[in-house]
Amino acid sequence: MLKRKRKVEDFGNEIQAHIALEAEELQREGLSEKEAWRRARIEFGSAQVARERFYLRSRIAGIDNLMRDVRFAFRQLGRNPGFAFTAILVLALGIAASVAIFAFVDAALIKPLPYQDPNRLVMLFESIPLGPRFHLSYPDYLDWKRDNKTFSSLEVFEPYGFMMNTPDGLRQADGARVSAGFFRTLGVKPILGRDFYDGEDMPKAPRTTLLSYSAWQKRYGGNSGVIGKPVTLDGNTYIIIGVLPRSFSFAPAEPADFWSILEPSKCRGCHGLYGVARLKPGVSFATAFADITTIAQKLARQYSDSNRDQVAYMLPLTQVIVGDIKPVLLVALIGAALLLLIASVNVASLLLVRAESRKREMAVRGALGAPRRRLIAQFVTEGLLLSLIGSALGLLLAQQGMHLLTLLIPKDMRIAMPFFVGIGLNVRVIAFAFLLAVLAGALFTFAPLGRFRFMRMHESLVEGGRTSSSALWRKFGSNLVVIELATAMVLLVGAGLLTRSLYRLLHTDIGIEPDHIAMVRVQAQPRKYSDNTTQANLVREILHRVNALPGVLSAGVTTKLPIEDADWTSGFDIIGRPDDHQHREVAVRFVTPGYMSTLKTKLDSGRYFSSDEDVSKPLVVIINQAMARQYFPEEDPVGKQICFGGDQKHPMSIVGVLSDIQEGQLDAAPRGAMYIPFFQNTNSGFVVLVRTARDDRAFLPTLTAAVQSVDPGMALYQPMTMDQKIHDAPATYLHRSTAWLVGGFAVVALLLGVVGLYGVIAYSVGQRRREIGVRMALGAQRSAVYRMIFFESGRLIAVGIAIGIVCAISAATLMRKLLFGVHAWDAATIFTVAFILALASLLASFLPARRAATVNPTEALRTE
Amino acid sequence: MPTQTNSDDRIALLQGTLDLLILRILVLGPCHGQGIARSILRQSEEVFFVDHGSLYLALQRLEDKKWISAKWGLSASNRRARFYSLTEKGREQLLQKTNEWRRLTRAMGLILGDPSTEEA
Repeated sequence: MLKRKRKVEDFGNEIQAHIALEAEELQREGLSEKEAWRRARIEFGSAQVARERFYLRSRIAGIDNLMRDVRFAFRQLGRNPGFAFTAILVLALGIAASVAIFAFVDAALIKPLPYQDPNRLVMLFESIPLGPRFHLSYPDYLDWKRDNKTFSSLEVFEPYGFMMNTPDGLRQADGARVSAGFFRTLGVKPILGRDFYDGEDMPKAPRTTLLSYSAWQKRYGGNSGVIGKPVTLDGNTYIIIGVLPRSFSFAPAEPADFWSILEPSKCRGCHGLYGVARLKPGVSFATAFADITTIAQKLARQYSDSNRDQVAYMLPLTQVIVGDIKPVLLVALIGAALLLLIASVNVASLLLVRAESRKREMAVRGALGAPRRRLIAQFVTEGLLLSLIGSALGLLLAQQGMHLLTLLIPKDMRIAMPFFVGIGLNVRVIAFAFLLAVLAGALFTFAPLGRFRFMRMHESLVEGGRTSSSALWRKFGSNLVVIELATAMVLLVGAGLLTRSLYRLLHTDIGIEPDHIAMVRVQAQPRKYSDNTTQANLVREILHRVNALPGVLSAGVTTKLPIEDADWTSGFDIIGRPDDHQHREVAVRFVTPGYMSTLKTKLDSGRYFSSDEDVSKPLVVIINQAMARQYFPEEDPVGKQICFGGDQKHPMSIVGVLSDIQEGQLDAAPRGAMYIPFFQNTNSGFVVLVRTARDDRAFLPTLTAAVQSVDPGMALYQPMTMDQKIHDAPATYLHRSTAWLVGGFAVVALLLGVVGLYGVIAYSVGQRRREIGVRMALGAQRSAVYRMIFFESGRLIAVGIAIGIVCAISAATLMRKLLFGVHAWDAATIFTVAFILALASLLASFLPARRAATVNPTEALRTE
Repeated sequence: MPTQTNSDDRIALLQGTLDLLILRILVLGPCHGQGIARSILRQSEEVFFVDHGSLYLALQRLEDKKWISAKWGLSASNRRARFYSLTEKGREQLLQKTNEWRRLTRAMGLILGDPSTEEA
């Protein structure tokens, strides 16, 4: 009901009228006009005071009451510090978890990417039978760019590791190569210098590069005189023409210090580029996808040798950048929300208990004339005060939590997720926290208020008057506990499934023994080591020195490590088999014989390479089981000959079949791969691996020094162990972080749920002391009392767990993307979790049950 | 002169009784604030002194509770004044409060030894 506020002015008029009427009456009684007015004014007292009192009544009194309520609420909390501390801490933890996770969700999924109109940007790929996200070739890019009618611009880029000449020798420098209009497509302008101009990617133009903001700071100290300076990359001189904005990052090519221009290539079969394009205004994603698909189909017909089975593939840029982390974040957010739910319910039931014990206080105040409104205001103030303090503390904790969580992300992953840089409290996060505070405040207000409403005042005044209202509360309180237990169940099952997934992931057979492997990447100067002889000699010398190191069991070299992306692929033909227009493509790795003995791979059939298999010997190849299954079904591949696509002049004999090494990500399906002797196909860039008898991590400096001693001019980078590589792999990280986060939430949830149950049972026992006393006085055994209490709690636990199982299975089905090697309805996990929760809950109800059973009947009956 | 009465003989109104008095006066018909004050003074044989600040606060309170309603009108002397009148709700309240008051005074009387009850 809206109350119309009366204006002070109107009230003033009324007073004037009063005085006038009084004066008139006094005049009628015989006073002179002047005297009558004087008397009337005096009689009334000060009109001003009356006005002030009217004003105070309507306005100040409200504020005064509020202050009194706040002071009283503080006193109430202070009188029961245990309660206040628990409630605030529980709430703060719940809010902190939710807000911290929300900050990550905000950074990745809500905050727009640092480009102009990022939702209109797409990334283009060519998909091949091996998978959808493979690269374009330069001529394909030109055709796509020319023939499409749906993109306002279409550009390409490739992540690229430059070799940079420094005074200390050759060093690896992260970079990317882009076509001229790349930054204009993104809508990014350099903060210093200029962008590439159209045509700058033509061969005659001088080589130029842009710097990332961090490279400008780190390598050039933020000096603006850097524009026009030369830098030597890959032995060529590049001119620095500009610096990119600080906010700029482009995850698919990160980390990148140098953004240089791409050189055109005529090789249609050389795939190394990713496309990025901006949709024309009004053009839908589907229309553009159809357009680019048609173009790719036309190219596949036109260039059937190189483009066979090359299909266009397109994804929104946002999805490419945040797609992997999205399910993790959503699961974590839901986990945090559930935790907050438990926390709030817990605090609410604490407040309920308190409301129960304060009902007499309320009844007395009501009887003394306190308006209902004021009593309710008291509850509101206390609820809000609690949620306000809890939220403020939660916000502080959240800020710390965010930084802690960022530190837990491995460095490589952090680079791939640049949107998490500078995560913190922003307007949206604070607004979210505020929303939570309001919701919690409302819950804390209405839970005890609801209780208060049911209560009949005079009933509460009577000591022992706890009949109907207590039963009602018991019902309400126990419903809350069922919610808590069910929520805890959901979180625990989620955590259990994720942990099992992680375990399965880390214990999948990756075809190698990853322990005690130390590795370092090497890039030799391409000019100095340009042919097979020099490259082979370099690698032989490196292996010789490394093998001589104490503690080294074996050493090997490969061009690409396992558990990375499935790049470095090639089409191949089977000699002697008619061309069936089937596109065959597998991953290709060039390895020394020591590679396989170092990783302790398993041979399925045939033999390994021998150490003298070089260019002077017949060409040989080892294929993996996946390739054998796919391309040589029901026949023995050993002895068959294959060649690279179209290169019939150089047939390679298959000498062995290897058990699959996990070449792609840990959670990827096995893919076809072939291994070719390094000495038959050398390269100036490779990875050196050793198996050591010592601690692999401690061995890294020794390894690096020994390799570097062969030629100080080589660039050595990313020394690491295989265990580290597996541990830090994106798939492992995603699974581990979710398992840890949800696991952490689940443990807290378990604790809160059990404490909540304890509270309800303990309260119920406290209320039923007299009843229990009577029962025992009438001859009930202690065991019967135990049974009674356990029956009560057992019912709650059973209902909570049953609801929890149903919810948990549906929740797990929703997150099956994050599960690996385990079903959403994994019976073992659900059973274990239910057992743990039931056990913990029964334990929590044992304490009050024992207190009930040890009730002294005479004492219990006497207390009232 | 009525207003000459020594103020020591006047009794400050008990909390809550002013509301009852206002309702009682308004049974007779709509009246403005000054009229109500005068009536209370006169009908209590000038025992009750009505503090005007309290009076208007009470009027405001009763209006908020919708026991009385108010509107501006003209007095007998053709002067603009705010007239208060009893609502249906107010009438019920008056009945109830009057009964309560009677019970209270009777009980007080019994204990204090009111001459009228002694006689009875």
